[in-house]
Parts: sequence; structure tokens; C-alpha cells
Amino acid sequence: MSRSYDRALTVFSPDGHLFQVEYAQEAVRKGTCAVGLRGKDIVVLGVEKKSALQLQDPRTVRKVVMLDDHICMAFAGLTADGRVLIDKARIECQSHRLTVEDPVTVEYITRHIAGIQQRYTQSGGVRPFGISSLIVGFDPHDTRPRLYQTEPSGIYSAWKATAIGRSSKTVREFLEKNHKDDLSREDSIKLTVKSLLEVVQTGAKNIEISVMESYGKITNLALEEVEAIVAEIEREKEAEAERKRTRVAAAAAGQAGMFTAAGQSSSS
Amino acid sequence: MECSFALTGKDYVIVAADTTAARSIVKMKIDEDKIKELSPHLLMAYSGEPGDTVNFAEYIERNIRLHHIRHLVPLSPSASAAWIRRALAQSLRSRNPYSVNLLLGGYDTAEDKPKLFWIDYLGTLSEVPFAAHGYGSYFALSLFDRYHNPEGTVEEGLATLKRCIDQVSKRLVVAPGKYKVKIVDKDGVREVEI
Repeated sequence: MSRSYDRALTVFSPDGHLFQVEYAQEAVRKGTCAVGLRGKDIVVLGVEKKSALQLQDPRTVRKVVMLDDHICMAFAGLTADGRVLIDKARIECQSHRLTVEDPVTVEYITRHIAGIQQRYTQSGGVRPFGISSLIVGFDPHDTRPRLYQTEPSGIYSAWKATAIGRSSKTVREFLEKNHKDDLSREDSIKLTVKSLLEVVQTGAKNIEISVMESYGKITNLALEEVEAIVAEIEREKEAEAERKRTRVAAAAAGQAGMFTAAGQSSSS
Repeated sequence: MECSFALTGKDYVIVAADTTAARSIVKMKIDEDKIKELSPHLLMAYSGEPGDTVNFAEYIERNIRLHHIRHLVPLSPSASAAWIRRALAQSLRSRNPYSVNLLLGGYDTAEDKPKLFWIDYLGTLSEVPFAAHGYGSYFALSLFDRYHNPEGTVEEGLATLKRCIDQVSKRLVVAPGKYKVKIVDKDGVREVEI
């Protein structure tokens, strides 16, 4: 009788679905949004930050973490699961250095993380990780930025720009519309913030941006810097709306002019 | 034969180790770096059974780095020393113990103090103002007793170290030819020529 308890939780449904994995993906969709974007020689991670409670220390809540000197990771989903996955990845990074005396490549660590996630969909007595992750960084002796994504099912894939978590579909569509190859540092950061603003209503104070410019060179933008970028985007939007308004007004005036002209011509 | 020295001064620690890799009576290499930089403010000179030394030092290096990444702050020199001692003590009681002697010099950025620890393969740990391992220690310790100044400048410290090295070269039959010298202070680690 006790046999039935140590069977895998994730068993196929008759129509070929793994419900537990799909529920895990649902947990990801409920998590905070994270955006990753690759520029020319830069890679940017932007995350939506839940605003900290009044008496909470906001520094203890981290959504972008370092896995090694040259690799950063952001995640969406169950934060507690994320911590476990991050720790496993960090150990692998150091273990890889110890065994082959070389830092891991971004793809290697992504595959490792995805491998762990896959294992938890197929073994007994466990549940899948409720985590999607964005892994960014630079490979050793290489200048090209990398961006990978993993999912609870264990799928991993490389991207130019992508989003995970709440409203990730909206953000990804926005990125698809606006992404260009070889973006500069400023443009990359701006596009990341802009795409996050699609889903983050509260503005700069709930956005966290991390930038990696080359191997091991990581900076987290200060609140003021993000605020400045948000303000700039607002200004541009304002100007765009203003242009639209004047265009509409001009068109209306033109039409009205036509009517009066027509009226005059008919009365004469 | 292998020699390593270390001494503290005013806001710095100097760590020196010979650079010969020998097997039995044969020198195999004369530019081996036996001082590992464990973290931005921590140096470890290792000596003992070849193979054991490098293996153990790399194991320590990766674990201290892992701690740094996990907690976002580097492990302090005294905490590192305690952890390393424990690793050695555990290894001593295992089936195949490491036979490694260490000098751990670091700058504690929280306390703003230089720290030096003497650790041997039996798991002995002691915090000291100066230290030495190997045959060189028989000559160096008395010189340190006479000339070491805990408030000395870097130049003074290097001069004392030079005395030790010269004395070892003069008196020890199997004296090593070359040394690597590294200094750790509040700005981090740097290598100096002597």
C-alpha cells in the first residue's frame, strides 16, 4: 500500500499532459515579471520588484543574483524554489572551476539548471520547480553577450530579448515590435525599462535593472538612474501624444475648412 | 627544501614562499607560485606533500569563493582560518589525510587590521605576528624575534624578510634559490620583487 506514495507525482494524463508541470508553469505566470535583453556588447536584466512593506528591509529581497563572476540570473515564480535552484547552480559554477580550471559558459550552466528542473519532473516524491529563469552573461574569452531562458519543464533556449512571469506575453510582444539588433548601452537599458513599464504601473521604484557590459563587469542601476530613464520615456510618450493631438486637430480643422468652403460654394 | 615566511606590520601582511618544485633531491621547476589569493584580501602560502598542497589549496579557494557569492561578503580572515583548520582536522582523521602546512595572511576590512595565522597539517591554528614553515623557520623565527616591528612600514617589513631569506641562504644546506613575495593590505593583494 505504501508503494503508491513514492510514485512520481508527475504522471501523464490520458491526453498526454503533465499536469504538475503545467501547474508549475502557472506559478511562473503568477510571479513577478523579468525581462532580459541582449544589445551589441551588453546584456540587461530588468525585474519587477514587489514594493517592500513599510517595516521591511528591502535589501534582503533579491530578484537578480550572481551565479559566478560572469553570470547573472533573474527568475519568476516561487522565490523559495528559486533560492534552492540558485544555490545548486552556484555550487556547480565553483565545482566546474575546480575540476576543469575554467569558468562555466553561460550555456553550460543553463543546461545544468534546466537539467535539474527536468529531473524534478520525472522522479518520485518530488514536485517540479515553480521557476522560470533568465540567465545572462559572457563566456570566458568572448565578447558576445548571452541570454538564455529555462522553464519548469526543463526546456532551455537562447534569446535576443525575452520576458518571463506576469504578463510576459504582453512584454514579449512589445519587445518583438521594438527590438533591433546591435543596440547601444543606453538604448538597451531604455528598451528594457520601456518594456517593463508595459506591466509595471508604479514606475521606477518597482523596477530593478542590472547591466553586464563585459566579462565580470556588472552594475546595478541606482533608483535615481532608473527614475531618470522613466522620466525620459514619459517625456517621449508625452511628445508623441502631443504630436498626435495636433495632427488630429489639423485634420479636423482641414475637414471643417472643406465643409465651410463647400457650404460657401453651394450658397453662392 | 620548502620555506615560507610571513609577517605583519602596520596595516599589512607580507607573505613569502620559495618557488621551487622538487621531487626527492631533484628540482623540477623553479617558478612555482605557492601563494594563493583566496579572496580580495586573503593570501595563503602552502607547503607540504606535493599534490596534496595544490589539491587542498584549490578546494579551499573554491569554497571561500562560493561563500563570497552566496553571502555577497567575503569570509573574514579569522573565519576563513577557522574553517580551513577544521577542514584539515577532519582530513587528518580520515583514511587519507592531507599533509599540508599553511600560512594565512589577510587584511580584515571590517576591523581594519592585518591578520596572520599559522596552520599545520595536524590542524593547529594560532594567530601570530610572524610565522614560518619548513627548515627556514629554524633560522627565521629568531631573526623575527629580534627584528620584527608590529608597527613597522612595508619597507621595514621587507627588510626583515630579506634578513631571513639571506640568513637561510647563508646557513641552510638545502636553501631554495628564489622566493615569491606578496603583500596584502586595505587595497588588496600585490606582488613585490625582492
